[in-house]
Amino acid sequence: MAVVFEKPKALSDVPFHYCPGCTHGIVHRLVAEVIDELGVEGNTVGVASVGCSVFAYNYFNCDMVQAAHGRAPAVATGLKRALPDNVIFTYQGDGDLAAIGMAETVHAATRGENITVIFINNAIYGMTGGQMAPTSLPGQVTQTSPYGRDVKTAGYPIRVCELLSTLSGTALAQRVTVDNVAHVREAKKAIKKGFENQINKRGYSIIEVVSTCPTNWGLSPAEAVNWLRDNMLPYYPLGVYKDVTAEGGQQ
Amino acid sequence: MAEKVLMKGNEALAEAAIQCGCRHYFGYPITPQTEVAAYMSKRLPKEGGVFLQAESEIAAVNMVLGATSAGVRAMTSSSSPGISLKSEGVSYIGGSDLPALIINVQRGGPGLGGIQPSQSDYWQATKALGHGDFQLFVLAPSTIQEMVDFVSLAYEVGEKYRVPAMILSDGMLGQMMEPVEFPQKKDEPAAEKPWATNGHKGQRKKNIINSLYIQPEELENLIKERYERYEKIKAEEQRAEEFMMDDADVVVVAFGASSRVSRSAVMQARAEGIKAGLIRPITLWPFPDKTIEKHVDHTKQFLCVEMNMGQMVDDVRLVVSGRKPVSFFGRTGGVIPTPAEVLDEIRKLAGKEN
Amino acid sequence: MANTLNILLAGFGGQGILFAGKTIAYSGLLDGKELSWLPSYGPEMRGGTCNCSVVLSDESIGSPLVTTPDVLIAMNRPSLEKFVDKVVPGGTILVDSSMIDIKVERTDVNVYYVDATKIADENNMHSCAIIILVGKMFKELGFCSKEALDGAIQKVIPPKKAAMLELNQKALEIGQNA
Repeated sequence: MAVVFEKPKALSDVPFHYCPGCTHGIVHRLVAEVIDELGVEGNTVGVASVGCSVFAYNYFNCDMVQAAHGRAPAVATGLKRALPDNVIFTYQGDGDLAAIGMAETVHAATRGENITVIFINNAIYGMTGGQMAPTSLPGQVTQTSPYGRDVKTAGYPIRVCELLSTLSGTALAQRVTVDNVAHVREAKKAIKKGFENQINKRGYSIIEVVSTCPTNWGLSPAEAVNWLRDNMLPYYPLGVYKDVTAEGGQQ
Repeated sequence: MAEKVLMKGNEALAEAAIQCGCRHYFGYPITPQTEVAAYMSKRLPKEGGVFLQAESEIAAVNMVLGATSAGVRAMTSSSSPGISLKSEGVSYIGGSDLPALIINVQRGGPGLGGIQPSQSDYWQATKALGHGDFQLFVLAPSTIQEMVDFVSLAYEVGEKYRVPAMILSDGMLGQMMEPVEFPQKKDEPAAEKPWATNGHKGQRKKNIINSLYIQPEELENLIKERYERYEKIKAEEQRAEEFMMDDADVVVVAFGASSRVSRSAVMQARAEGIKAGLIRPITLWPFPDKTIEKHVDHTKQFLCVEMNMGQMVDDVRLVVSGRKPVSFFGRTGGVIPTPAEVLDEIRKLAGKEN
Repeated sequence: MANTLNILLAGFGGQGILFAGKTIAYSGLLDGKELSWLPSYGPEMRGGTCNCSVVLSDESIGSPLVTTPDVLIAMNRPSLEKFVDKVVPGGTILVDSSMIDIKVERTDVNVYYVDATKIADENNMHSCAIIILVGKMFKELGFCSKEALDGAIQKVIPPKKAAMLELNQKALEIGQNA
């Protein structure tokens, strides 16, 4: 019988701990497929961050390092400088990347650190139980913004790709999502480009994946996808914000 | 014999690290350790190495974590306030069983404190450089030659036991110059690092560098295993220097810069007929309790001299356990005690107050 | 201690205090002595007071911080006023008398007044005043061998600044004849 679907080799046999309807699983799979297609598993070191994806070190079959909260870009920098010919990627959430780790993120990007960053933006701190994230939307109700995010006191959500696209060291800043098949395909293409950029020594690549968190959003998986489309995508438009390989370089 | 050269402590230490094979330095500017970074920035690119001025001390120590995970000899350096920032990363390095070299060129604290030499980070270095159950191998040089010699020792012990190592220096040792000799280069076999995350190449199981263990029993077992290694370090790696200790009645205990001042005072006391001696802890962790213990019975009392308000004196008292009096003399805030001040204390204890 | 010479050089930043200290330190190195060189460091270096401790000895050196100097080289009035009472009885004070208009009142120390800055200016060696005093110190105390002193000044001046070498050598010579 022909095999029509199988688990990527770069994914381990450990069952994911992610909630139903969470998009981490899809993105893990896309990263693993790209590692398989590029044939770089034996040459890759991943950096897991702190947040829901903290256990990513159990899910990928390549060597993995678990970093402190927000420090994945610094750890990846140390790895990459010691192993310039290996493939180094980080896998970070919005609290990790855009709050506590913003300095590490901006500086890794501006140095043109030759790494690939997978950024899961679901507008909430998932692991700790649903607190306001730097990317939580205006008015969004969370455990620590019970009356809705008030921009007068909590400020505005950060658009990470837009921000990093202004830095000369950034090779690729692209925002994708995985809410339907076409978008999943596009997301995979972007992730692959991010890894290829690294192999071709082009600098810092970030792929922001607008994601769901049904559990902490208080929605069913299906409602969460709709909420993402209705609320997240208008504030976080999909697209390529910087691509040094494209004609003209920028969108 | 190699030729003796005159070098600042900070620069000599940096050169020693390069000669030990360190090719990855990550740092952030702070006085009085800046010469370490400056020296590395000049030398490392010529050695095919990496000098990276990070965006913060926090980033720098995490870059060290990444590089040492890859299996290379990496290093960072800072001064007291910067070391506090690094403490998070040091805890992760300790919790991930990684070797790494961290230099603290101490200045006065707390807070921004001052920029003059101090030893007020003794507690931090030996008890709690970060959260959790873990230790660093801590060396306290007292000469520029030791600043050089202890770099290779720190790397070797750190790699043997998979623990982070710290050289606890201070602004005086960092800034001063003394003649120093670099050991003839030996072709060291690269230490085996089968745990390194450098790509499994399809030839081994994947490696994970991690400090997260959700199951309490699993974490407890891991920490217990780590503490068995600490016991081995305590048994095998204690180091201390004894000076005029054969017949000493008054034993001065001092490390690093304050041990130099104390040595002068001990010699002056001897010239006055006072039987003074000096025990100089070289490893601060493990604390050289065996050396102290050896002398408890045949001496009359101990005097701890430190450039702080009294930190190592706790460890001396733990060993002496009330069997003999242990007193303390210190200057702090960046003030270096004078031999005359220490001599006065020795005289008082010897009952020969002027 | 026996055969230990504690030297303190003090003045303004920019007067070559650390450089002169280094010259003395290197002379000790070339004579095979134990030695230490300790600068004051920090914000006061920028135009404020600056001082440098140098210890030369036949045995290993305890404290490198000179608080009671055997020799004081004073390059400005605040430095002389600050340290004059710290010099050990029988010690030596070298005073740049073009910069300092007061005299040492103590009678238990040997004081040498040299118009170092003026002489240096007259000889177009503006930064070398303190080296003239080092030359004078050598003449009066013979703290190192002649070969070591000559070698030291060559060691402390990088080959790139060869022109400075001649000036400093001349300054040492002037000091030795002062």
